Amino acid sequence: MALQSLDIAKRSATTTESPQARKTLEVAKLIDVSKCIGCKACQVACMQWNDLRDEVGTCAGTYDNPRDMTDQSWTVMRYAEVETEERGLEWLIRKDGCMHCEDPGCLKACPAPGAIIKYANGIVDFHQENCIGCGYCVSGCPFNVPRISQKDSKAYKCTLCSDRVAVGLEPACVKVCPTGSISFGSKVDMQELAAERVTELKERGFKNAGLYDPAGVGGTHVMYVLNHADKPALYSGLPADPTIAPTVTLWKSVAKPLAMAGMAAAALGGLFHYVMKGPNEVSKEIEAEVERELEGEK
Amino acid sequence: MIRDPHDLQRYTASERANHWVTGICFILLALSGLSLFHPALFPLTMLFGGGTWTRILHPFIGVVMMLFFVVMFFRFQGLNRMREADWEWVKRAKEMVNGDDHNMPEMGKYNGGQKLLFWFLGVAMLVLFVSGIVIWRAYFSASFPIGVVRLGALLHAVFAALMIAAIIVHVYAAIWVRGTIRAMLYGTVTRAWAKQHHRAWYKQMTGK
Repeated sequence: MALQSLDIAKRSATTTESPQARKTLEVAKLIDVSKCIGCKACQVACMQWNDLRDEVGTCAGTYDNPRDMTDQSWTVMRYAEVETEERGLEWLIRKDGCMHCEDPGCLKACPAPGAIIKYANGIVDFHQENCIGCGYCVSGCPFNVPRISQKDSKAYKCTLCSDRVAVGLEPACVKVCPTGSISFGSKVDMQELAAERVTELKERGFKNAGLYDPAGVGGTHVMYVLNHADKPALYSGLPADPTIAPTVTLWKSVAKPLAMAGMAAAALGGLFHYVMKGPNEVSKEIEAEVERELEGEK
Repeated sequence: MIRDPHDLQRYTASERANHWVTGICFILLALSGLSLFHPALFPLTMLFGGGTWTRILHPFIGVVMMLFFVVMFFRFQGLNRMREADWEWVKRAKEMVNGDDHNMPEMGKYNGGQKLLFWFLGVAMLVLFVSGIVIWRAYFSASFPIGVVRLGALLHAVFAALMIAAIIVHVYAAIWVRGTIRAMLYGTVTRAWAKQHHRAWYKQMTGK
């Protein structure tokens, strides 16, 4: 998404501050899983708006189609048949896609300047023209979202329709949802809306209903209302406490500065050793010894 | 073709070529790897035709380096077994670095430091090759669990940094000890050089 009119708050592989003069409202998409009927209109709208068309797959005995996110399918409905003690068989349908983390692991891992950016409004976007195709974003993501295209080796994922949001429209999936399961607005408004809905659900007997806005990644700009918020894993493996993996943090926040300092120290250490101690020459004594030895041979 | 007939042959032409193919690969890998390691060094990708080309080329250069390194490893591994005197040398290395090598034990073709570097490079190359395969997104990463890929990226970065530091020491040692670089350029060293730095090897080569 180049040529956008949104302010950038964070930029991959960039060590200086981003412009911060203008203050923008943080936005969020709220997906109320308890209202979702699994119609896949959001999947269709996503493909239509973003000019994507995935290959026609095969049925694997579930409603999941396509089976997984791809470079052509940025959002996928996941259908889980779950038996809970309170309510017996339940069909939990979750619209999967990028969560637009406040602290995005993909952006932390990305080595290409400006290939991943986080807008001031919270949307995390991939700029494919800067993407080098290394796939580090896949390692960085705690939600297994980015997909590398087999054709062009670029990384793709949900943009939260940053192009639409930039001109004051809601994301395509929000516009098309027939049950009002998906809402879009300021993050604060979405949290309030979620709180009202959670109260309703609790009154209806879902005593563990709650908002999914995981703190481990600084909160997300895509949030879920879950009727079993105590067990997010029921929803096709939604992680209970997602964080950027410690290996990724060690790699990017610890190894990177330490290694740079270590390598610089080795190079400078050599230079200063040479300057201060001088070269290690062959001694004149030994040269003379060797001369005598050779003369002795003659 | 100026040659002192008394000079000692340290490396054959084929050993030298082997070393330099490995060395060139190392330099290309270090530059391309560093360019993707720290944002400040990203402009180095321009040496390889941009970021995407750097990402494409780096692993292939790595495979070439591994092939040539393996040949070099088996050529030299027999000469790099650590012995009693080598450990003694390592213990006294500090004295030598400070400018006094009078108490250094007699060394064969390689000293204790060179031998330790040799084994470290062997380990580093193995870790870099295996972790490099794991994080080679275009062909292999999808076959490994995400936790393994993350660990691979971490190990690749750590061992690459250690190896670059080790090679800086390797290159500096060759510059510091005057008369050394020619051994790897055209194969010979002077007798005095050999007697000074590798006396046991000197005795073995000259019978003195």
